[in-house]
Amino acid sequence: MKLSGARIVLECLKREGVDVVFGLPGGAVLPIYDVLHDFKGLRHILVRQEAAAGHAAEGYSRTTGKIGVCLVTSGPAATNLVTALQDALMDSIPLVAFTGQVPTHLIGNDAFQEADNVGITRSATKHNFLVKDGNDLAANIKEAFHIAGTGRPGPVHVDLPKDVLVKEWTYEYPETVHLRSYNPTYEGHPGQIKKAARAIVRAKRPVLYVGGGIISSNASPELGALVALTQIPVTQTLMGLGAFPMADPLSLDMLGMHGTYYANMAVHHSDVLVAIGARFDDRVTGRVDAFAPHAEIIHIDIDPSSISKNIKVDIPIVGDCKRVLAKLVEALHEELRTYPASGVREARKQWMGQIAEWKRDFPLRYEWSDEVVKPQHVVQEISNLTNGEALIVTGVGQHQMWAAQYYRVKHPRAWCTSGGLGTMGYGLPTAMGVQAGNPGKVVINIDGDGSFQMNSQELATCFEEKLPVKSVIINNGGHGMVRQWQRIIYKERYCASDLGGSPDFVRLAEAYGCTGIRVTRPSEVVPALEKMIATPGPVVLDVWVDKHECVFPMVPAGGANIDMILAPPSVDVRDKAARSQTGF
Amino acid sequence: MQETEARKHTIAVLVENKFGVLSRVAGLFSARGYNIESLSVGETLDPTVSRMTLVVHGDAFVLEQVIKQLHKLIDVIKVTDLSEEDHVEREMLLIRVNAEPAVRAEILRVGDIFRAKVVDVTATTYTLEVTGEETKIDAIIELLRPFGIQELVRTGKVAIARGPKTRLRKADQKLGKPKSALPPLPQDPRVVGFAD
Repeated sequence: MKLSGARIVLECLKREGVDVVFGLPGGAVLPIYDVLHDFKGLRHILVRQEAAAGHAAEGYSRTTGKIGVCLVTSGPAATNLVTALQDALMDSIPLVAFTGQVPTHLIGNDAFQEADNVGITRSATKHNFLVKDGNDLAANIKEAFHIAGTGRPGPVHVDLPKDVLVKEWTYEYPETVHLRSYNPTYEGHPGQIKKAARAIVRAKRPVLYVGGGIISSNASPELGALVALTQIPVTQTLMGLGAFPMADPLSLDMLGMHGTYYANMAVHHSDVLVAIGARFDDRVTGRVDAFAPHAEIIHIDIDPSSISKNIKVDIPIVGDCKRVLAKLVEALHEELRTYPASGVREARKQWMGQIAEWKRDFPLRYEWSDEVVKPQHVVQEISNLTNGEALIVTGVGQHQMWAAQYYRVKHPRAWCTSGGLGTMGYGLPTAMGVQAGNPGKVVINIDGDGSFQMNSQELATCFEEKLPVKSVIINNGGHGMVRQWQRIIYKERYCASDLGGSPDFVRLAEAYGCTGIRVTRPSEVVPALEKMIATPGPVVLDVWVDKHECVFPMVPAGGANIDMILAPPSVDVRDKAARSQTGF
Repeated sequence: MQETEARKHTIAVLVENKFGVLSRVAGLFSARGYNIESLSVGETLDPTVSRMTLVVHGDAFVLEQVIKQLHKLIDVIKVTDLSEEDHVEREMLLIRVNAEPAVRAEILRVGDIFRAKVVDVTATTYTLEVTGEETKIDAIIELLRPFGIQELVRTGKVAIARGPKTRLRKADQKLGKPKSALPPLPQDPRVVGFAD
């Protein structure tokens, strides 16, 4: 069958089961949009800036488990998309991103809207393709979907020259993919799993440290089974939130720089630390030589290069979290037959007692005020009102950390945040993609005034495409996290952290055809949130909060997790920061 | 091997023979802050596969990451640290030296000692071709330096493992199977034009 390259692209998407494409047209991809004009079974969502297409695809992918797809034109569109690609790469989100390219005979000619797309995205993607020959088009797209969704998931970029899209080619969609150079390991090594089981059964102070890999491999049920069997407490990374219900008594909540005191203490004092689908990011470990110094470390990850990258691992297991955990539970049953739990019962009891003490003495806390809204309170109320069941997206900054600390995520794939790259502006476009993939569900974007303004133009997309995203702006009139660091580490020399010229967000929302609500007093928070959830269509809730509030606890960058700051720092801490060799 | 001890490693990388692969490998090194001391690329027996020989300086920790990161590239088929096994390394040098009448014989004698070939002659210069290990190349450069080196070019290292080297063969030999029982190389499915 002979089809134009443009039609082949869309036929391939159909074969891959894609139902939504986030995109923005332009010269080089117009042949695809021409076919799209009367193409059935594919919803196209027109964004207002290309990075938003990428982020929307990320949100769609994270919450549905399918591969997100975006389509933009050449040159500036492709370079705009790069941030979203790098974001997806760092958070292991499977995407297939299509960009247009100038016709093959013009490549390298400094043509209009030309950029070296594959050259630019090479380090921002898991893999990329420049399709120079239309006969490879279908095979390359098949490979792109295969690579994006298997192994450690990630973004794959396909660059499409205009002449390849215009010309006709024989279309045959390959049924299978064979890449001799790409064979991810799924099954963990049985010997290593047995070793891990031996260590876990004998552990006196074990902790599970779980990350986004649990979400990517849908391993929450297996993780639940492991916890049910072993009763080991679980701490989750920012990307892992939802892997384990945060309301569970065994949950230690998030660890790391702004994690809970009890999570960091438990990890620090653990004798066996089981890392599952997590990568020992510097925001998790703090100073690496002081991270879990007494622990034998077991690391389960599908990416061999994650193992022993930052922290030396004692028992590495390369494999898919879901399958390895299932095998690990079997091995533990086996091990428990020969080494009864009574051997460590007393020590484990003491350990749980110690953790309970930390939880009781150092919970997450903030000071209440009747005058000014505390940001933590807003998040708590969102959590209460939605019962932890909403799909939550965040921007990047203080509000993101408060959301991670105070929203009690119940389920996997219900939490989207930019973890690795920390992309401000991620919130609104991602929430759009989440809503497109989950019609009828409540999607709440907890955003900051700084972060929101980086992509606020997408309110137009929300309005036009009838995506009823609810954005709660934790408005502290500036870049709160920057302000916090300037306060704590840079001796209150505030510079470029206030956003005096922000718009009136209520009127901004109304200008885009959305509903705007403002809250300035603590007593208005709950009624306003209720109203927001009850209002059909996109809503922006502008909550004016205490601009002096800081995120605590906090491990200053370069510090050890055990040296957490629990409250606004004393002069002493500031001096220590100033003397720090690592520059914090 | 001591973890803190940094040394040179020669790494053989088999890659898909496609455009852009070299920049993926080179980009990986620059993005992760590793240094490549030399790099050479060429086709193998199988024209769809290229072989790169990389020389990298680093301790065991860095090397482990380099190898894992190389593996992670989709177009990389196989990575071998040749420094971990018995292997042969060679580099080629083309060098043009001033050859005034008074020293012409002396230059040729130096060349002879190093089994160099004269590949171009003019009234005032010799161009020599030399192959050998890095130390040998360094040595001849030092010996020729006093005559006045006009220009030189080194290929970078290429390396190959010693011995009959497919895993299949090794295993068979352990089992005491006679050599004749081994399949001829091209039919061995594990051999895609390179020493495994």
